[in-house]
Amino acid sequence: MSMLADAFTLVAVLAGIGFFAAGTAGLLRFPDTASRLHALTKADHLGLGLVVLGLLPQAGSLADSLRLLAIWALVLFAGAAAGPMLATLTRRTGPEA
Amino acid sequence: MTVWLALDLLLAAGSLALAFGVVRARRVFTAIALFIAHGLLLTLAWVRLDAVDVALTEGAIGAGLSGVLLLAARHRLARVGAGRVAEAPGRAVTIAIGLGCAAVTAALGYAVLALPDPAPSLAAEVAASLAATELGNPVTGVLMVFRGLDTLLEAAVLVLAVIGVWSLAPDRAWRGAPGAPWTVVEDGPLALLARLLPPVGIVVAVHILWVGADAPGGKFQAGAILAAMGLLAWLAGLARVPPTASRPMRATVAAGPALFIAVGLAGLMFQGAFLAYPEGLVKPVILLVEFVLTASVAAALALLVLGPPSADARP
Repeated sequence: MSMLADAFTLVAVLAGIGFFAAGTAGLLRFPDTASRLHALTKADHLGLGLVVLGLLPQAGSLADSLRLLAIWALVLFAGAAAGPMLATLTRRTGPEA
Repeated sequence: MTVWLALDLLLAAGSLALAFGVVRARRVFTAIALFIAHGLLLTLAWVRLDAVDVALTEGAIGAGLSGVLLLAARHRLARVGAGRVAEAPGRAVTIAIGLGCAAVTAALGYAVLALPDPAPSLAAEVAASLAATELGNPVTGVLMVFRGLDTLLEAAVLVLAVIGVWSLAPDRAWRGAPGAPWTVVEDGPLALLARLLPPVGIVVAVHILWVGADAPGGKFQAGAILAAMGLLAWLAGLARVPPTASRPMRATVAAGPALFIAVGLAGLMFQGAFLAYPEGLVKPVILLVEFVLTASVAAALALLVLGPPSADARP
């Protein structure tokens, strides 16, 4: 059972790292602010989500699991608010402002 | 263990590179962004050193609030047209600055390398005497009991800093409210964030303050989170800053250090030593001081970001 949990952790965290790597590549390579934000928020939301999901079986207690999920929810929320804010700002003032 | 070594080397190299970037940055905004990123890497470094209390403070105050403070300062400077340095310093000045920095770095490096091995430490004595403080977190024990005077001075410095910032106000704005460094955004995602996040933030801040007795956490971290929540509500136009003439606000800023000093004087009177806590009541008194100090720290930090009262403040 614990080997199964470890395997799940490994797969999920590796997948999360994959999303972070792809998001970082997108942030560096994409041509304009909107697509860069798109890449960045995907990394934050899905990448961190998979990492948290992978760490859940390793959490010692229910309280720790809830803390992990709360961290993910807060980052989701911050990303969902900051992304559109940056996008609106660049549309209004141009990317260099 | 080589994985951890690789991670540590990466952290050290990354924070050095970011520090270099801060110095090299051509634009003030770039420098501030890199400074915040540097603070976050330092936070990770403190976690790796097992100093979670310091890591929390670095993340909340060193990277978070200081970053906002610098951004607000940049905005104010840009508004009066002082945002850019007109010309680069001459070669002689550059060399002098470089030599000065190198000398400081060399002196610090020498100081670290000259430490005897094992380094002098009072950790064992703290661990042995911690039971007398009724606290579980040795860091809180040191901050509130063994070196309580340092913490008292730190808290008093914040009050002095607020007075210093306020004293920059022009005469006609005095007693008014601090002006907004940014335009207030009253709709969109920020308004939603400012409505939903503060309840969560307040719970997290109280949790961090409460666990501070037995686990990493404490008043400065909790105060920084509370200040951030207040600033968020203010940025979204949901909360109004009281004018500097407001007595309740002044009382909030001064209450923590005042209570701490009163406790210190009571110790002098009844126990024979400044900041000696009454026997049997050590933990309740510490908790009371921590709670009141948290409110003072939060108010002072928020007021520092808000800046001096200005004539163009919203009514």
